[in-house]
Amino acid sequence: MNIGVLALQGAVREHVKALEAPDVEVTVIKKVEQLEQMDGLVFPGGESTTMRRLINLYGFYEPLKAFAAAGKPIFGTCAGAILMAKEIAGQAEPHLSVMDMTVERNAFGRQRESFEALLSMKGIGDDVEAVFIRAPIIRTTGTQVDVLAEYDGRIVAAQQGPFLACSFHPELTDDDRFHQYFVQMVRESLAEPAV
Amino acid sequence: MVKQTGTDRVKRGMAEMQKGGVIMDVINAEQARVAEEAGAVAVMALERVPSDIRAAGGVARMADPTIVEEVRDAVSIPVMAKARIGHIVEARLLEALGVDYIDESEVLTPADEVFHLNKADYTVPFVCGAKDLGEATRRIGEGASMLRTKGEPGTGNIVEAVRHQRLIQGQVRKVLNMSDDELMTEAKNLGAPFHVLQDIRENGRLPVVNFAAGGIATPSDAALMMHLGSDGVFVGSGIFKSDNPAKFARAIVEATTHYEDFALIAELSKGLGTAMPGIEISALEAKDRMQDRGW
Repeated sequence: MNIGVLALQGAVREHVKALEAPDVEVTVIKKVEQLEQMDGLVFPGGESTTMRRLINLYGFYEPLKAFAAAGKPIFGTCAGAILMAKEIAGQAEPHLSVMDMTVERNAFGRQRESFEALLSMKGIGDDVEAVFIRAPIIRTTGTQVDVLAEYDGRIVAAQQGPFLACSFHPELTDDDRFHQYFVQMVRESLAEPAV
Repeated sequence: MVKQTGTDRVKRGMAEMQKGGVIMDVINAEQARVAEEAGAVAVMALERVPSDIRAAGGVARMADPTIVEEVRDAVSIPVMAKARIGHIVEARLLEALGVDYIDESEVLTPADEVFHLNKADYTVPFVCGAKDLGEATRRIGEGASMLRTKGEPGTGNIVEAVRHQRLIQGQVRKVLNMSDDELMTEAKNLGAPFHVLQDIRENGRLPVVNFAAGGIATPSDAALMMHLGSDGVFVGSGIFKSDNPAKFARAIVEATTHYEDFALIAELSKGLGTAMPGIEISALEAKDRMQDRGW
């Protein structure tokens, strides 16, 4: 199966490494045409405003919406989660609006407040290393959204069917369990035909 | 594990998120908004851009905190600012202002000609310039979380940035093929901390990102530096000294993202107006060569 990492800007190489599995072919996505072959997609961490500008510029907006509408799995970390949210606190318009949640950007503060901590994550373990960098939080979630992890009472990872989002950076650690959880989601989506 | 701030992963990770992006020098809120709108991944808040620092002469210091705050409050992307080499108090001040990254920069007049900042002491991450692998690894040894070339600032001349990036890449490739017994001699010859060279050899690359900086004046210059293996680019005087800054900034961002798409770069290089005026490096006197500041 093919999993793409959207490579308009941000930490791409780290995701490619964390997604490695015998049955996975990882593609670095720079052009819209490449999306067609993908069974799953990762939105990496980076600057969400920069990524959004490049998404528009290169005509990725509609194809990415269509990718989500086809029920194909998408995993967004940090800026990637912001791209997926239906609502962004303090901003009039969301980006791709594929997941029923409201995110708040830079919710923990500036870079000097960035931190790492251990998280307990549903379906993965209670010792997941999480690196938060100028991280957003998921303020509220819709009824279809399953909360996977919280830090200090704030939602930092969630899933809605084929869509997975977290406010931290699993790709910056050597622990690839979260990525492999997503790889398993893609496997399962291929086993049962998409809606 | 309790919550930890200022770890290597947190500081280096912040720079990893900037990869493939353009960091732009700005001197006020308006320029910062133009940069953000154009797709910059961060802005560098300055009192004067390097070409004006060069023209003004005298002692160049950290920017007025008012400018740093004005820029900080104008954009949602990260804000960087420059402190003088070795100026502990300027650096602490910028940290207190909530700057996201500090550039210990040779563009400003050094405060200390012997000691660079001990950057491991700070919660805020640092970017430092390097001309070769010795300088790069010394800065990493002091705790720098990000590197950049020391291309001659404010000249609009790419030749020095190219020289530094080519040299560092070549020196890294050499280290990767060394045996244990060769590595210590290489450390001695480069003036490099041994453990940083070991880290490079084990992981197959520098432990922090290395951006291009100094002399980038056109979209092609930015794409060239990406071709040579830079993780991203800093653009200083190039943007706001050009005829049409907004258009120029967008073109540099696009050329950096798609540095291998030559037809696209040709297209976006059309009608940009005059780039900043350039300076031939050999025309600079030794005292005006900023890259020779620091060691």
